[in-house]
Amino acid sequence: MRRTIFPGVGLPLLLVAPQLLLTAVFFLWPAGQAIWSSLQRQDAFGLRTEYVGFENFSDLFADPLYLESVGRTAVFCVAVSVLAMGVALILAVFSDAVVRGKGVYRTLLITPYAIAPAVAAVLWIIVLHPQIGLLGRWLNGHGVAWDYKLRDAQAFGVVVVASAWKQVSYDFIFYVAGLQAIPRSVIEAARIDGARGWRRFRTITLPLLMPTTFFLLVVNLVYAAFETFGTIAALTGGGPGKATETLVVKVYRDGVVNLDLGSSSAQSVVLMVAVVALTMVQFRFLGRRRAD
Amino acid sequence: MRIDWPAHVVLGLGVLLFALPLWLVFAGSTQPADVIARGELSLVPRLDGFGVYGDVLVNGNNGQPVWRMLLVSFGMAVAIAVGKIVISVLSAFGIAFFRWPGRGLAFGVIFLTLMLPVEVRIIPTFSVMAGLGLINSFTGLTLPLIASATATLLFRQVFLAIPDELVEAARMDGAGPLRFLRDILLPVSMANLAALFVILFVYGWNQYLWPLLVATDPKLDTVVIGIVKMIGTEAAVEWNRVMATAVLALLPPVAVVVLMQRWFVKGLSESDK
Repeated sequence: MRRTIFPGVGLPLLLVAPQLLLTAVFFLWPAGQAIWSSLQRQDAFGLRTEYVGFENFSDLFADPLYLESVGRTAVFCVAVSVLAMGVALILAVFSDAVVRGKGVYRTLLITPYAIAPAVAAVLWIIVLHPQIGLLGRWLNGHGVAWDYKLRDAQAFGVVVVASAWKQVSYDFIFYVAGLQAIPRSVIEAARIDGARGWRRFRTITLPLLMPTTFFLLVVNLVYAAFETFGTIAALTGGGPGKATETLVVKVYRDGVVNLDLGSSSAQSVVLMVAVVALTMVQFRFLGRRRAD
Repeated sequence: MRIDWPAHVVLGLGVLLFALPLWLVFAGSTQPADVIARGELSLVPRLDGFGVYGDVLVNGNNGQPVWRMLLVSFGMAVAIAVGKIVISVLSAFGIAFFRWPGRGLAFGVIFLTLMLPVEVRIIPTFSVMAGLGLINSFTGLTLPLIASATATLLFRQVFLAIPDELVEAARMDGAGPLRFLRDILLPVSMANLAALFVILFVYGWNQYLWPLLVATDPKLDTVVIGIVKMIGTEAAVEWNRVMATAVLALLPPVAVVVLMQRWFVKGLSESDK
């Protein structure tokens, strides 16, 4: 902790006040309201509201459609995370190995970080669209009945690929930093012992990248769960049917489109609990990494 | 040198995976709409097709010119980035350099917001905004996204790493806290400020869900909203205009990241998000 501090109470309060005010108005109040309305129910005409306790929650977890969405979101998050991190790791390892062109590769590979999820979706539509897309047309011409707007599995695959594509840059940056943090002496020692190529990667590099991998896993899961709304909305809108309806898309559909505020608030509260749990995991782990 | 070429092959494929969709959208934007609709999209841009950029900028879609959308996006991104930085620098300074009752509580409350991304509180935040009469206003578009714990946590960390000697020297020279903040702390933290600006600019520019909810007035459409609206009507999509708008939508944040790459990469891996 800092020894030298400035005296006074009024000034620091004044300094912190704007942030606290915004936090209270746009975080605490809405969060409180979400909890409050998750315990209530409106009649069909929106005229009367009554307190129903945890009924919205018990209804939610008894609703097969909701449970399906939970399962779908879990599969989606794991698929996006594994795909994005796998590709990022491969690219990072090889970009660490080349001597020439390192900077050019890195600049090109970092670029997608800057592209909006919804715009990334547009790029992938142009690649995969069954009639105009380069790849979509090729697939249709080669005996694959390709139309991700009609087929559930294809739609799910497309949103996974487009979401992972955008996240690779972020993971790549962290893996490159992780690789650079490996001491030269360790690599040298491995080389002297004759470990090279795949063996060196598996026994030396990969274990030393475990902290980075774990950190990225949490970040990627949070990304896939919460930040892919734009991608999914632009690509499939949650369809066909409910094939790509993740939990955030469902909150939006139920709350904004169907105006079922009680259920949508209960869903929001469940999501908040999930984010809090993930953040706790992340910070426990980060704390440990700092102490290392 | 001998082991280099397999690495270049893998990296080349990687670059292809990321650059091909970008090139495709650029090349496609210069081709006539009916050619694209027939599925004859070519990888070679047509030099006579660049007029489409002027066309979408001025005429846009549904009467909303893309230049206005770009302006809204730009205003939103800058307002969010600058707003977040100002608020976070002030609060981190108040927390790191003073002792006052309730300091721990205030920090805890700010920390809490880290756990509530806008996606999980859309409906209740929307009703709060409606109560405040901020729907369909630029303030409503930006203000709720300005409060964030990430930047405050980062600056607190940066500030805690400032050596005590520096603070003591400043105080010995008679500098008050605000003078210290302006003349010493901010110049020393310039690299962090730059990095954070890039991250927050991109964050602001790329927002989709919040503008979709809070700004139904087409005059407040950001370019990201605008482009999704363009592809929404599957029936008669003019693909060359969609692609030109996509290029215009991704160019500014890409330029910011590429130009400020060094600070951005350092800032990102240090802030731990």
